[in-house]
This record gives sequence, C-alpha cells and structure tokens, in this order.
Amino acid sequence: MMDVFVAADNIVSPLGATAVANYEQVRRGVSGIRLQPEGYFGAVIAEEDLNAWTAPYQLNGYTKFEQLLILSVQDALSHTGISLRDERTAFIVSTTKGNIALLEQGAAAGPLPLQLFATADRVAAYFGSANKPLVISNACISGLLAILIGQRMIRAGQYDHAVICGADVLTKFVLSGFQSFLAVSDKPCKPFDAARNGITLGEGAATVIITKDRTSLKGNTAVRLGEGASSNDANHISGPSRTGAELSAAITTALWQSGLRPEDMGFVSAHGTATLYNDEMEAKAFHLSGLQQVPVNSLKGYYGHTLGAAGLIEAIIGMRGMMENVVIPTAGFSTSGVSVPLKLSNVPEQRQMAHYLKTTSGFGGCNAAMVFSKMNV
Amino acid sequence: MNNGNAYITSSCIIRRQTVVKNGATVFTAENAALPEFLRSLYDRYSGQYQKFHKMDLLSKLGWAATEILLQDMPMDGYRPEETGVILANKSSSLDTDERYYETVSDIASPALFVYTLPNIVIGEISIRHGFKGENAFFVSDTFDAGLISGYVTQLLNTGAINACICGWVEQYHEQYEAALFLVEKEARGMALPFDEKNMRQQKEV
Repeated sequence: MMDVFVAADNIVSPLGATAVANYEQVRRGVSGIRLQPEGYFGAVIAEEDLNAWTAPYQLNGYTKFEQLLILSVQDALSHTGISLRDERTAFIVSTTKGNIALLEQGAAAGPLPLQLFATADRVAAYFGSANKPLVISNACISGLLAILIGQRMIRAGQYDHAVICGADVLTKFVLSGFQSFLAVSDKPCKPFDAARNGITLGEGAATVIITKDRTSLKGNTAVRLGEGASSNDANHISGPSRTGAELSAAITTALWQSGLRPEDMGFVSAHGTATLYNDEMEAKAFHLSGLQQVPVNSLKGYYGHTLGAAGLIEAIIGMRGMMENVVIPTAGFSTSGVSVPLKLSNVPEQRQMAHYLKTTSGFGGCNAAMVFSKMNV
Repeated sequence: MNNGNAYITSSCIIRRQTVVKNGATVFTAENAALPEFLRSLYDRYSGQYQKFHKMDLLSKLGWAATEILLQDMPMDGYRPEETGVILANKSSSLDTDERYYETVSDIASPALFVYTLPNIVIGEISIRHGFKGENAFFVSDTFDAGLISGYVTQLLNTGAINACICGWVEQYHEQYEAALFLVEKEARGMALPFDEKNMRQQKEV
C-alpha cells in the first residue's frame, strides 16, 4: 500500500487558533468547557478571540462556520508548500450541520446558504481551490472518515495531496436536540466515569494536510497514516450497538491491515462522549479487540463534542501526543463507570510508542477506526 | 489488491412518482404527493416494517428504493461486514432540519432530531438488511457519478467490501430523486460493467 503522510495540521477552538497552542493547552490540562450564560456547560469560542483571529483577513461576508474553516485551512497551509490551487490537491470538508445557525437567525434567503455544498464552495473559492470541495457528512465519524477517504483517494491515484478540514458551530439547534434526548451533562462531561451523565457540546475547526510526497515533509520525524475502516452497527439509529462488535470489527480491520497487534498501540483515542451507552459500547469494543492493556483516553473533557470537527481535532492531539510519547489524560474522569476494565487515567503517562489508534462512533450506527504511526523522514 | 471488474447488478431510480427498476418502469402513481407516494411504495414492495412509519421522508425514500433494488437479489451470500452503503445527495437533511427546528420553540422533538443527519438513511438501510460494512455520505450539488464510482471501486479493489449499495438519495420539500445501484464483483442480474458512464446512463433513463 502506498504510504500517505501528514504534512501540516491546525486546530481552531476555545483553546487557541493553532495546533501547537491547542496541544500545549491540553498538555497543561486546560479545558475549553465553561458554564455558559444560558446555563449549560459548553466549549464555546469567545467572540473577542474569533474577532482577533479573523482581523488580519477580509472575512466579514462569511458566516462563523466559514470563518472557522478558513482560519483553520489558512494556518495549516502556511506550514507547507502544498497548495489548494494545485489540481493534484483534493479539498475535503467534514461537517454535520454547516451553517445551520442561519436557520436559527432566520437569516437565510432560501435554502442555498444552508446547503453544505454551497458553504464548502465558498470556502474553496476563498482559497482558489482547483478542485470542487468534497463534503462528507456522516455524523460524528465525519472528521476521521474524511482523513480515511483522503488517504484512499490518494492511493487510488486521484490526487497527490489532500487538505482535509472540518468544523461545526455550537448552536441552539444541536443543543436543543441533545437536550431533548436528555443527553446533555449538567456538569462538564466525564467520559467513562461512573458519574457520567451525558455530553458537553463544543465548537471548533481542524485541518490535516496529507500527502504521498515525502519531500513535502519537514523535520526528521513525521506521522504516517496507518490503515483504517468504517462499519455500521445495523442495530439502532440513535443508540449504539449493545455488544461493540461492529466498532471492534473496524478496529480489528485497521490493526490487521496495518500489520500491527493491539499491544503495539501506544494508546487508544476513544470517542468517549460521556453518554452512558456510548462509553459502555466502546469499552466492550476495546475488549473484543484485545485492547484491555492499552491506555485509553477521551478528549471530550477539553473540547466538548465538536461533531464534524471532533475526529480531526482528536486525531491531531493524538498525533502530537504520540510524537511526544505522552498519553493525554481523560479530563473529567475519576472512577471507572464501564462494565469491563479499561486503562483510563486523569494524569498524563509517558510511554514509548510508535503507533496509536483513533476511534469514533455516531448516530446512524456508524463507526470508524484508524491507526496513526511515527516515521523517520 | 483485486483489480477485477465489478458490475451493477441492479438499479432503482425513483423520481416524479415513477419507479424504474433495471431500466424498466415498474410503478407509477400519478399526482401523488411524496408522503402518499412513499406509502404506496411501502404497501407494494415491503412486508410489515413498523420502523418505516417513524422515518423522515429522506430515509423513507432511500429505504424504499433499497427494498426495490434488492428484490430478487438475495444478499445472504455475503457476511454482514462485506456490504457497504455509500450514498450522496444535495440537500443533506435540510428538509427535516427545518421541520425539527419548528418544534424547538415549543417542545424539541427527539424523534425528529435524530433524522437531522443525512447518514441516518444509511443506518435505516443497514438495520433493515443487516449490512455492517463501510459507510460514507457525501454532499454535492449534483450527482457526481465519478466520485461514487471511483470511491466504491477503490473499496472493492482493496477488499474493504465485496458488495455495495451506492448512489443518490435526495429530498427537499416536494423535490426528490433516488438513484441506487447494487454493485458486486460477481456478475448477476443486469450485470452492467460498473463505471461512471453506466451509472450516469442508468440514472438518466
């Protein structure tokens, strides 16, 4: 299989506007989750931060969703020679709800501004993208699936590089929906904890630029994409599998195709939404996959659930943790509340590692898993 | 890596109150509004399936199209994880998004909220038929046969899946169109070579 590498990355979130700033904040244990004026906990980007970040650019005509994507892609592109103007560069956008805030504001003149392809087109036009953006909207696995699809398209020879970005904004639309499911935590979320009682929502954007071209890589070490897979529970549209077998199947495929064993993983970056059912399903899936001796973390305690951005944000923090041989602790976790033992911790762990595994699961019964590996350039 | 050919073994196109199966018109219901039309497809092509009545229009459309697509095409020769579902549309779940948001000022409806993601139709199809393989939902302004055929071919060639339900499921207000294809490595049914051109031709019949 052709090797595909990570050439650049970015995260725009309440914790900062670069991947480095975000990783440093997470390493210091800083969470972006705050009690919001409306009375719920959420990881919301402060208006003054967004204004400061967008000030150098002409972004007044763009929605907040589009501004987040543009900031993220702009910064990621600045770290590499890879260009969106190149016909050999794919542009992939991951989101669940795009400009849905316009529906709340009654600000959309007709359906077009709400269409995901139209908002992606606007962002692509900003960068003069040679290719039409490819939009992936597959619930909470969208971000990780977008990386997997980018890798597959490069391997199929369609492109040499891919700029893969994702974003979602914390809206009343989404908050009210999870509240209607009684799925929103009354405290900052507590992934895998005995006292967990739901998700905390977040917002943000992230970008990963991948390439088959080793000469596009900087430094002595880089991240090589391992194998990945997606699967469906075929069980329920809003509740996860009762056994975890389908997430486990995706994990097993990803490991086996990578030629790796469970014990080769430095850690598993779980989806870990902190709902009762999701975390329990994941715990079972990790056991079925032979990962019970591998540290597991969830980053939802830092970022909340950022939906279409989550897989990208968490993959990036995971890659940076792997490069530093650190297992990031699970913020909000204190006592295990899943039925099978996992190696969870709320303190960082130094651990030599060459690989880690990222997993995601979402509504519609979808799951995805992907291996990321260190390599010497 | 298997670079062997794949085939469109079945196709189902639904638009303008008409169902076209493998290139032939098999059902028309003139002047039927979409909800009634979808109900008539359920009555004609499906046995009892209570979940159908809870679905939003997008899921009903994709679900009904798959029922018709798979008529006389048993899938029990495949293990669950061998069949993928790869779909695309234009309007994501925007129709249901609007319906859901109308409930928010009163009592937000969890039953509608769960359908405010386009890939729920993949979930509904997967539940009905027990498909557990690869998933992806793409959004584009028009049907991109090259994208779908390229991606599904890649999944088949690398052995990620051995069969796929793929195509287009679009619905916004009264506008709708489904164009679904069963793609397999072994020829059966209509056995058209699986490529961009044949996909597009079938859709435009």
